Amino acid sequence: MNLEDYHGVWVFIEEQEGTIAPVSLELLGAGRRLADKRGVELAGVIIGNQVKPLASTVFEYGADVVYVYDQTIFKDYRTESYMKALLHCCETYKPEIILFGATSTGKDLASAVATDLPTGLTADTTELDVEEDTGLLLASRPAFGGNIMATILCKKYRPQMATVRPKVMKALEAETGRTGKLVEEKIDIKEEDIRTKVLDIVKATTKKVRIDEADIIVSGGKGLGSEEGFQLIHRLAETLGGAVGASRDVVEAGWIEHHHQVGQTGVTVTPKIYFAIGISGAIQHLVGMKNSSMIIAINKDPEAPIFEACHYGIVGDAFEIIPLLIEQFSQALEKEEVNHVGEV
Amino acid sequence: MLHIVACIKQVPDTKIIKMNPKTNTMDRASAPAILNPYDAHAVEEAVRIKNRYGGTVSVLTMGPPPAVKAIKKCIEIGADEGYMISDRKFAGADTLATSYALTKALEKIQKITPVDLILCGKMTIDGDTGQVGPGIARRLDIPPLTSVKKVEEVNQDAGHIIVHRKIEDGHEVIKSSLPCLLSVEKEINEVPYSPFPNMIKAARYEPNIWSVDDLEDVDIKQLGLKGSPTIVAKVWAPPKPEGGKMLEGSTNEQVDQILSVILEKKELFDAKGGS
Repeated sequence: MNLEDYHGVWVFIEEQEGTIAPVSLELLGAGRRLADKRGVELAGVIIGNQVKPLASTVFEYGADVVYVYDQTIFKDYRTESYMKALLHCCETYKPEIILFGATSTGKDLASAVATDLPTGLTADTTELDVEEDTGLLLASRPAFGGNIMATILCKKYRPQMATVRPKVMKALEAETGRTGKLVEEKIDIKEEDIRTKVLDIVKATTKKVRIDEADIIVSGGKGLGSEEGFQLIHRLAETLGGAVGASRDVVEAGWIEHHHQVGQTGVTVTPKIYFAIGISGAIQHLVGMKNSSMIIAINKDPEAPIFEACHYGIVGDAFEIIPLLIEQFSQALEKEEVNHVGEV
Repeated sequence: MLHIVACIKQVPDTKIIKMNPKTNTMDRASAPAILNPYDAHAVEEAVRIKNRYGGTVSVLTMGPPPAVKAIKKCIEIGADEGYMISDRKFAGADTLATSYALTKALEKIQKITPVDLILCGKMTIDGDTGQVGPGIARRLDIPPLTSVKKVEEVNQDAGHIIVHRKIEDGHEVIKSSLPCLLSVEKEINEVPYSPFPNMIKAARYEPNIWSVDDLEDVDIKQLGLKGSPTIVAKVWAPPKPEGGKMLEGSTNEQVDQILSVILEKKELFDAKGGS
């Protein structure tokens, strides 16, 4: 393999029902930085059905080139069909780096493509950099359950591939009217070549606030002592109108379902207010919540690492503090309500 | 009769593992070795499918000799056979090299009994990547189905399976031809305590252990460290975040301070006032 033959940074653009997944726009921001450092082009790859119009958005968020595979066979995401398109694109245009969102689709596709190429793939990256002269991608991620950070390199193979957690990178400000080179591609692929069919797509009907979209998150950890103790977290979240988060060990203990887990193997969150209650603060958890605008930690142990990561910390007993907080907050809101009435 | 193979791994319990603060390395001896928790769900699901439709469940692992314990744990859960590939030549493998080695072992298992379904856990808790399962599927040229949270139907006669695959805001119902590979979410099932007879069987069970020489058509260059495109260049302690403001005073005073801090973000509560 001649490494010199590979040029450019690519982002796989994930599309759902005609809109681009936010993580893909975030990755265009990260990709732009890498491409500029290397002095190469940034490209987006869009695969789907009737997805060509999305190219303009991809240019506005920083891409110089957009490769589009717009065919009816790509209506639903399926590993085999998408993989064939992306492999075709890689063989034709030889990128040096490809970034994917660490979503169910991105991780699935990246794993399959990396095996077939074959090349190295780093999962769930939280930091990205590139060596200017060698083009070596420095992909860093928490490892061993978040006990350490590791920088992973892929020296001898190209492209270098990584999946990147949503909400860790920042999208650029969209530059209206910015445009670039649109390259339309097609592959010869028949429905009978694909061994899977999507029979149905069922949207979650839950009315609860999703933690990756919540403005306020109240997260609890093992420090709450028991499943019953954890109920306090639900009560505070309800009072504040926020979502409930949890640390990994709470999920593993079965106190709450996995989709509430904040952290490297859970969800990355960026709320305006994040409460970490009874959570000691392993790096695994910290990487999932460190981009919150305001972090408030409550823990009995004054040595807990969470206090190094918070904006405001209280050393104390959650069972004493949360009920007080609930009571005071409810009263404060009622008072505000009265004031508003007065003003009107 | 269905033949289901679950791929498993013995891992250090990363919740208990201790770090050496001086060398920044892990004290592996500090952590007990356990069956990767996600893999326990894969084995349990394989056993449930066997109980529903009939068949046999085999487990396969790659690891050093003590990993036999993880296989015995799977026999406790209800697996029938265990295979292990163990050789220094496998050491240092990343996900690409691991999927290659396991695929070679699966090809050998196939020759003993054809495989209809391969199950993997969503990821391992030491590697956290989830890439080995899809890698095996690609190498065997069978469909990979990741993030599976429910197996709805396995129809060996018609040659298909129907599963629910978790996506960001719900799930997809997918029909795939057999054979195929599933990597399963932990919500797919609960692993109950092992029945006593299984524990007796596990204690006595001796798995099949193969070295590289026992496998066929192996390209040594694709194994272990040599066959791994990714390398860990640097391991470092996460940077210490900047410490925040520790509140002082009585509990009531501290609660008051927090209250005023959150009420400053008034816009968050305007829509919710009084509700």
